[in-house]
Amino acid sequence: MPPREGIYGLIAEFNTPSELVHATQQARSAGYRRMECYTPYPVEEAAEALHFHKNRVPLLCLLGGVMGVTTAYLMETWINVWAYPLNIAGRPLFSWPAFIIPAYEWTILFAGLSAAFGMIALNGLPQLYHPVFNAPNFRNGATTDKFFLCLEATDPKFSLTETRTFLEQFPAVSVVEVDH
Amino acid sequence: MALISDRTSMGPISRAPIVAPGHTPSTVTDQISAVVLAKTPRWWFPAFAVAFAMLNVFLISVGYLFLKGIGIWGINTPVMWGWDIVNFVWWVGIGHAGTLISAVLLLLRQQWRTSINRFAEAMTIFAVVCAGTFPLIHVGRPWLAYWLFPYPNTMNVWPQFRSPLAWDVFAVSTYATISIVFWYIGMVPDFGTMRDRAQLPFAKWAYGLLSLGWRGSTRHWIRYETASLLLAGLSTPLVLSVHTVISFDFAVAALAGWHTTIFPPYFVAGAVYSGFAMVITLAIPIRKFYHLEDLVTLRHLDNMAKVMLATGSIVGYGYGMEVFMSWYSASHWEFFMMWNRMFGPMGWAYWILIATNLAIPLTTLWSRKLRVNVTYLFILSFIINTGMWFERFVIVVTSLYRDYLPSSWGTYRATKWDYMIYVGTMGLFTTLFLLFVRFLPMIPMSEVRMMLPQTKVRPIGPDSESAIEETV
Repeated sequence: MPPREGIYGLIAEFNTPSELVHATQQARSAGYRRMECYTPYPVEEAAEALHFHKNRVPLLCLLGGVMGVTTAYLMETWINVWAYPLNIAGRPLFSWPAFIIPAYEWTILFAGLSAAFGMIALNGLPQLYHPVFNAPNFRNGATTDKFFLCLEATDPKFSLTETRTFLEQFPAVSVVEVDH
Repeated sequence: MALISDRTSMGPISRAPIVAPGHTPSTVTDQISAVVLAKTPRWWFPAFAVAFAMLNVFLISVGYLFLKGIGIWGINTPVMWGWDIVNFVWWVGIGHAGTLISAVLLLLRQQWRTSINRFAEAMTIFAVVCAGTFPLIHVGRPWLAYWLFPYPNTMNVWPQFRSPLAWDVFAVSTYATISIVFWYIGMVPDFGTMRDRAQLPFAKWAYGLLSLGWRGSTRHWIRYETASLLLAGLSTPLVLSVHTVISFDFAVAALAGWHTTIFPPYFVAGAVYSGFAMVITLAIPIRKFYHLEDLVTLRHLDNMAKVMLATGSIVGYGYGMEVFMSWYSASHWEFFMMWNRMFGPMGWAYWILIATNLAIPLTTLWSRKLRVNVTYLFILSFIINTGMWFERFVIVVTSLYRDYLPSSWGTYRATKWDYMIYVGTMGLFTTLFLLFVRFLPMIPMSEVRMMLPQTKVRPIGPDSESAIEETV
């Protein structure tokens, strides 16, 4: 848990994604680790600069799909063979080809819901409060056309004065403190 | 700006841009969010009043239906599926273009889809709402419609999974769920933008809740992009399966005119055909009334017209194959069914279908001039959707009313309640759509920003000069 007293970090605002990515790369090579970029649209190069590669959304999606197909197929088999066997024009009770269709739909249903809600959960959303919203300029630009780099105070290398000097060497529009 | 977006006729090398030049991330955000945040435009109120009146026609006629039962419709003993199933198939088909635009074109990296995908997805959801109504009210006792789902009950009765009607429940409910989730997930970052730009406290609060606290963190964006891509990848086989399953409702039955293997591909192509026509019906007034010609350019209309030309041709092939197979099968009943469909008492419906679905669109859409003629496309979109409605009418009714046994032949005539419910669902659709354009961002802002040239990352550093030159 980050300490509640003190500040959350320092946030620098940039006009272009290129400046943001450059600053992030420099911060990384200067030894900063606890940091995050905030952009109005996905910037893959920023994720590269943060060395963020651990994305478990596809795994969740796969697990959901496997769960969907198994659930649906076993359910159909159990219902039509054991729970409620009906003779429909002499067709076998275990009509496996016919069972594929609902199983196919539930594969997609479970996989899609797992991907969507898994993404939300991995992102820690919904989280209506976050310290970066306290930066006075954040909400004017972060969801429109400005690019932010936040170096967090929990980073061992963080020091209010040195980090500020470090961020001010880049062509940032502003560098401000973020309160909790 | 508007002039440059007219450059559709210049061929593939100097194509008109997807977003008219001169735009920056902040201008597109301003323009799109202003649609929702500014005052309601004056035309919206009369439009809403008409739509809402039609919605009330729907509520009244469905209320009467619940009181009296489905005997108030024109369905009778040989023709047990009437307008309700025709309308069901028609509405689901319309929905398919939305998924096609949002999923298939995303996977194919067709960037032009971006500006139209949000309202095409909204169209999908509202069309599925209208479609879903029909099987529910058709079951006769709609308050027991939950019996369709497999759930443990005291009657110890379970669904029968060899029936296409049971498959239908799974296909349509999955389609509705995944479409809503995909649509909502797509809007989350835009809700963040709306939250940050709204002035009214209630709007801030509502968009804030809907945005789930979205803050544009890079780690979030990467997972978000993965999830969107996965949903697109899942929606693609889904959309193909939904109309396939609906065509099984017919194709699995042993009835001349229904029992044919060409139905799945031909239903899916027809669905996309009518769906794109509906997107055009909606896009043309919206871009005009909200002055979005810079974002929904003539290139979009041109591309959509091309998709209609392609899918319309597949549908035409389907019609041809049906005629051929009824002859080639050497089956007396198949042969009679096709003769009756063309020249029987309801032959007029078949010829309306051929004229509106094939003759008019497939001769004119080859012309680039007509494909970028907004008025013509608008009229044509109505013609095509009339044709697609008649296609379902021809399949459902003219196959049923004269089947194998002449002693059981009958006829079919829709009653005023059939008309009222059909018109009513259009009211339901339009009402939902007008509420959508008023309160939700109808063009995905984050995706449009991404398409602008200035949003590309260029390396900065000691060797940046050479790197920039390479990219230029």
